[in-house]
Amino acid sequence: MLYFSRLKIISIIVFCLSLIFFSISNFINNEDFFLKKKVNLGLDLQGGSYLLLEVDKNPVINQTLQSKLTQVRNYFKKKEIKTFDYKLGKQKVLFKSDTNDQEKILELFKNDNELNPYFDVYKSYQYNVELIDNIFELNLTKYGIIEIEQSLLDQAIEIVRKRVDEVGTNEPSITKSGSNRIAVELPGLDNPDRIKSLLGRTANLTFRFVTQNTDASFGSEKLKDLDTGEELNVSKRIIISGDNLIDAKPQMDNINNETVVSFTLDRLGARKFGRATKNGIGKQLAIVLDNQIISAPVIRDVIASGSGQISGGFTFQSATDLALLLRSGALPAPLDIIEERTVGPDLGEDSIKAGVLSLIIGFILVILYMIYKYRLFGLISNFALIINLFMLLGFLTIFEATLTLPGIAGIILTVGMAVDANVLIFERIKEELKKEKNKVIAFDNGYTLSRTAILDANITTIIAALILFVFGSGPVKGFSVTLSIGILTTLFSVYYIARLLTSLYVIKNKNNEVTIK
Amino acid sequence: MTGKYLFNKYYNLSNIISLILFITSIFFLTFKGLNYGVDFKGGTLIELRSDNTNYKTEDIRGAFNKLNLDDLSVKKFGAEGDYVIKFKRSDLNEPDFIKNLKNDLDNYLEDYSFRRVENVGPKVSAELLQDGVTAIAIALAAMLIYIWFRFEWQFSIGAIVAIFHDVIITLGIFSLLSLEINLSIVAAVLTIVGYSMNDTVVIFDRVRENLKKYADIKIFDLTNLSINETLSRTLITSVTTLLALLSIFFFGGEILKGFSFAMILGVILGTYSSIFIANPVLVYFKVSQKTLIKEED
Repeated sequence: MLYFSRLKIISIIVFCLSLIFFSISNFINNEDFFLKKKVNLGLDLQGGSYLLLEVDKNPVINQTLQSKLTQVRNYFKKKEIKTFDYKLGKQKVLFKSDTNDQEKILELFKNDNELNPYFDVYKSYQYNVELIDNIFELNLTKYGIIEIEQSLLDQAIEIVRKRVDEVGTNEPSITKSGSNRIAVELPGLDNPDRIKSLLGRTANLTFRFVTQNTDASFGSEKLKDLDTGEELNVSKRIIISGDNLIDAKPQMDNINNETVVSFTLDRLGARKFGRATKNGIGKQLAIVLDNQIISAPVIRDVIASGSGQISGGFTFQSATDLALLLRSGALPAPLDIIEERTVGPDLGEDSIKAGVLSLIIGFILVILYMIYKYRLFGLISNFALIINLFMLLGFLTIFEATLTLPGIAGIILTVGMAVDANVLIFERIKEELKKEKNKVIAFDNGYTLSRTAILDANITTIIAALILFVFGSGPVKGFSVTLSIGILTTLFSVYYIARLLTSLYVIKNKNNEVTIK
Repeated sequence: MTGKYLFNKYYNLSNIISLILFITSIFFLTFKGLNYGVDFKGGTLIELRSDNTNYKTEDIRGAFNKLNLDDLSVKKFGAEGDYVIKFKRSDLNEPDFIKNLKNDLDNYLEDYSFRRVENVGPKVSAELLQDGVTAIAIALAAMLIYIWFRFEWQFSIGAIVAIFHDVIITLGIFSLLSLEINLSIVAAVLTIVGYSMNDTVVIFDRVRENLKKYADIKIFDLTNLSINETLSRTLITSVTTLLALLSIFFFGGEILKGFSFAMILGVILGTYSSIFIANPVLVYFKVSQKTLIKEED
């Protein structure tokens, strides 16, 4: 175990130097330095906000079932199969047919891809059809729901990204988390109130007429006017929606001296809007956002230009936010904020200071203790430990890993536990030196005989760290990252750096007295 | 030839002490329970710093009391003027909650700032707790399987009993002192599991080696010999690890206090249990050279 070929020595040195090189790029602030890689600081160290959003899929599933009901009814009408008693149950569509048509209907649900799409990827239909007490029950399969969730999440994440980008925070990270969640990380942001209120709104904008007809079945609903507080009866028929908007911005209206949101419609929207205003002169037009009326002006003139203004007692801030929401588009479903963690930048700075201070103190204590215990070999082990730390940092830099406060704790713990392998070896060598006269053989035996214990010990720690990586969340994950990389670099530094130095020393002094204190 | 120190003389005594500690811990865990933080219980945590040195904890508590918050707790947190405030909140989706809270608070307090705000919804906290428990359970199972592959089943049981001992007593002490259990404590417990295993494996490795070497030494003395042979390593590693942990505990800031305290307990218990719990188990199972030979057949 003590012999190293020249080639091996050179590769060890090259390997160490290159990792040290990477680690150094963290300490150099020079813009010209060609290496731009750096360890990322977690939100707990640099300050910032973390938000976990959950897409509420239920409204969309209800909508999907509602339109499925209509589709199925029309489908059978076209096929001239008599179906009736359509109802929307809990998460399902119910309908009946004549008893002699039942077989045929079930057959169609199996074979007609238009009626019930089959997903090859999942080997599953979109809908499950059952006949219970002569009533057909149609509900989404597990994969039908997954499909909806995925497209919902894809759309929602797009909108979230647009809104966050519009606010212009520094390097936001927006990622999917699980099947129905979005994780938003906003480094440097210590007050997420504005982002939260922007993400908390669906921003579903519609222009609809106010009607006099109060009968709900006539396709109208009562909505509250935010401005006046009274309830108005608004038709369910949508003239134009937020989809038709191509731009929106806040503007100062000089005539009434108030802030308004001016908008521009696309061609289709402009044509529809022109026609509606032409036919509806004298009528009240409700501008509805998320089921609340922002304002309901009376149409005085035809608006054919495809642009207009929304007024509603806005402050400049609220007009800016509304314009932003309209530009980024409506969310396909409401988002719930289910977790939020915000760390102020001063606390992050304090945490870095405390982390680095405890790292340095822990490091010095361990180093002094090793010198006290093993003298020269303690120095060798300490040298390996220092290289070990640089290599650990080098790997973190190469992977651009995120360093968190628990991650720093992981590094400190690595310092404490890294010497374990060297201690095991030195203690074993001490034992072997008592039995064996030939020093080279005694050292060799020491390394060989301690190897299984060292491997066992480190594998068990790695197992614990990996499990933590899979199940841990947030900053704690950073702990498992530094701990596992730390174990690997430790093994390398013990078996290549410390062993190389030990062997050079022992072989040189093979005829002299060599003791490990 | 059984080694310098007679650890085996104290096997019975130490096992009785451990059993008492273990049962007391279980008692505390069952009847007093653990003090879960917002990670696992859900709710809101605010770390507040006030620059007004006249404020006492009662003043801060009094101000928050006026805001009608459920399940409110206000505690000092490390440095002078730093407090942690925790309370339950029903609706996480009110985007202006913190803003409104600050506005209300301005009536009662001045010169303060929120350094950290954490809101965890009930769904997420339930999941985090579930994940934490699963992680610890899987870690224990993984250790059991690993050591089963590497050694014989008697060793496997010895190691697992030792780990259980360490984890349960650590949690028992947390329950006794009402210390907060949060995500970083789960990390600490997992590391304790790894560390305790590590310590036990090193001694077991030597027991196995000695079993092959000395047919005539009974397991009672053989464990003692093995403990003695590995003793300096056991102690040195514990000392270096504790030095690192003490450094985190005293200098690493308030957030890492609970984590490092759990680890310090775990390392002390782990060192103790690898000697006084894991080895007696081998004695009870009457492990001998035959145990190894049977396996190799």
